Amino acid sequence: MVDILGGIIEAFQLIVTGDPMLYGIVYRTLFFSGIAVILATLWGTPISMLLGLREFRGKSIVKGLFNTLIGIPTVVLGLFLFLLFSRGGPLGFLGLLYTPGAIILGEAILVTPILVSIMTTAIEAVDPEIMKLAKTLGASESQASIAVLKEAINGVLLSNVASFNRAIAELGVALLVGGNITGLTDVLTTAISRYTARGDLDLAIALGILLMLIVFSINIIIIAARKAKMLLTIGKSPQ
Amino acid sequence: MTVVAELKDVTKRYGDKAVVDNVSLQIQQGEILALLGPNGSGKTTILKILAFLENTSGGEVKIEGETITSKKEENARLKTTLVFQKTTLFDTSVYNNIAYGLKIRKVPKEEQDKSVRRALKLVRLEGFENRPARKLSGGEQQRVAIARALVLESKLLLLDEPTANLDPKNAEIIEEVIDAANRQNKLTIVMATHNMFQAKTLPHRIALMNEGKITEIGEPTEIFGKLSKNIASFAALRNTFRGTASLTKEGSTIVEIGNGVQIEITSQRQGETSIFINPQDIILSEKPIESSARNIFKGIITEVTDTGSLVKLRVDAGKPFTVQITKRSFTEMGLNLGHEVFIVFKASSVQVL
Repeated sequence: MVDILGGIIEAFQLIVTGDPMLYGIVYRTLFFSGIAVILATLWGTPISMLLGLREFRGKSIVKGLFNTLIGIPTVVLGLFLFLLFSRGGPLGFLGLLYTPGAIILGEAILVTPILVSIMTTAIEAVDPEIMKLAKTLGASESQASIAVLKEAINGVLLSNVASFNRAIAELGVALLVGGNITGLTDVLTTAISRYTARGDLDLAIALGILLMLIVFSINIIIIAARKAKMLLTIGKSPQ
Repeated sequence: MTVVAELKDVTKRYGDKAVVDNVSLQIQQGEILALLGPNGSGKTTILKILAFLENTSGGEVKIEGETITSKKEENARLKTTLVFQKTTLFDTSVYNNIAYGLKIRKVPKEEQDKSVRRALKLVRLEGFENRPARKLSGGEQQRVAIARALVLESKLLLLDEPTANLDPKNAEIIEEVIDAANRQNKLTIVMATHNMFQAKTLPHRIALMNEGKITEIGEPTEIFGKLSKNIASFAALRNTFRGTASLTKEGSTIVEIGNGVQIEITSQRQGETSIFINPQDIILSEKPIESSARNIFKGIITEVTDTGSLVKLRVDAGKPFTVQITKRSFTEMGLNLGHEVFIVFKASSVQVL
């Protein structure tokens, strides 16, 4: 009991004094997860538009696959990527294992199913007439698709937030392909596991608090942004 | 006369059914052409074909003499603009809605501002630029949709039932805007309608449609004069009846439209006559009311269509009448299918076609 209390006090001291090691971990976590979400958005958006706007054979199977993969255990994906990236593996020649690149790529793959699933649902929810409307006003096929995406902006935003939350909070991928190397590939979750195992509870608790703070503040910012958007008269009308 | 657009033997099939059946049509520069016909006669499909939002199953579509192949469709869409029957707006401000097509055409920002302001003035929505478009009333939304199309100054403006489901005030504004755009800017317009009144006043030419075919085309007076030959296409139009007019002993004129229904009219006529009563001019009551209106019939509600703020009712009073009332009245009167009601309208509300 005393240990925990002491740990919490120590933790706050570390946070307030701006411990460089601590904030290095925070920085890496935000950076890796952020780039991972951007990557996933880059390849996930065209996939979602294809799934949301076009009809083709096997579409429901593809959608089902993405839905199922949302729940993939991070450790299993981590193991799979480890085998892929390890020296003897098919992508071993890239030399990615235990580098930041491996974590970013791994997390991007991890969040793709949730990103695609939410974004596809949002695109499908847009009135199909919007596409025709944009076209009759002169839009090309791609401009019209962008008009649809804009209508789905809330869902697109949600897909990004959900993906970021998943990336920042996952342990398995970062641990297995990143290697948890201090000062290079350790992130909040992997560092927490390390310090807990070592008995450095104050550090573990401090990192835990920061992780929670980040997740909460991102969600608060998003809610605030949505409200601000409504005040700017471009919000969704209640229907 | 220059031909802006042309359909040559155009057919559109869904499965085995031809919704547009071998239609040929030339649209002249500066005219308003109305496609008049019952629901499902192919009006909307023709508009969509002219807007290049629907492929044809056969035939040719020409814009300014040029045959539009699928490769040229994207470019052709810059010349024709369709306003949908169901108002569709982007989820953004009124300004962004109206400026959308201008942005696509890379019109400089200053010109965009001017054009948007001009268009808003035309539809009497000045100062609405920053309002969220989807929070406007139904009528205002449709006016934004019209402004958004007008601002593009397309070669061909296509309107699908532009005033359907609107209250009389908004409908009137839109009719004025259409008229002004045509007169002042020489805009060529093709509009689908099943409102006889609109068809009689606005267009230069009318194309009567039935079952995917154009059965008759000509000037309004000519078309209405030939009504009897096309009775099949008109049977499905609302509140349009044909009968024999005769003078009564009291000196008034009545038209016998069948099933014992006699409608009193104000104009002096005898013999074969076609008449039309605007659904908005019919009053609905639960009891026979004392009024100066000359036409009172008892009937039963056989159909109820909710169109937003208005409710359309079909009342069988020997002949089917379409009546349009506000949703509020509908709820307050506790009306429903099978209810017995009285329909009342003045002799002066009956238009002789």
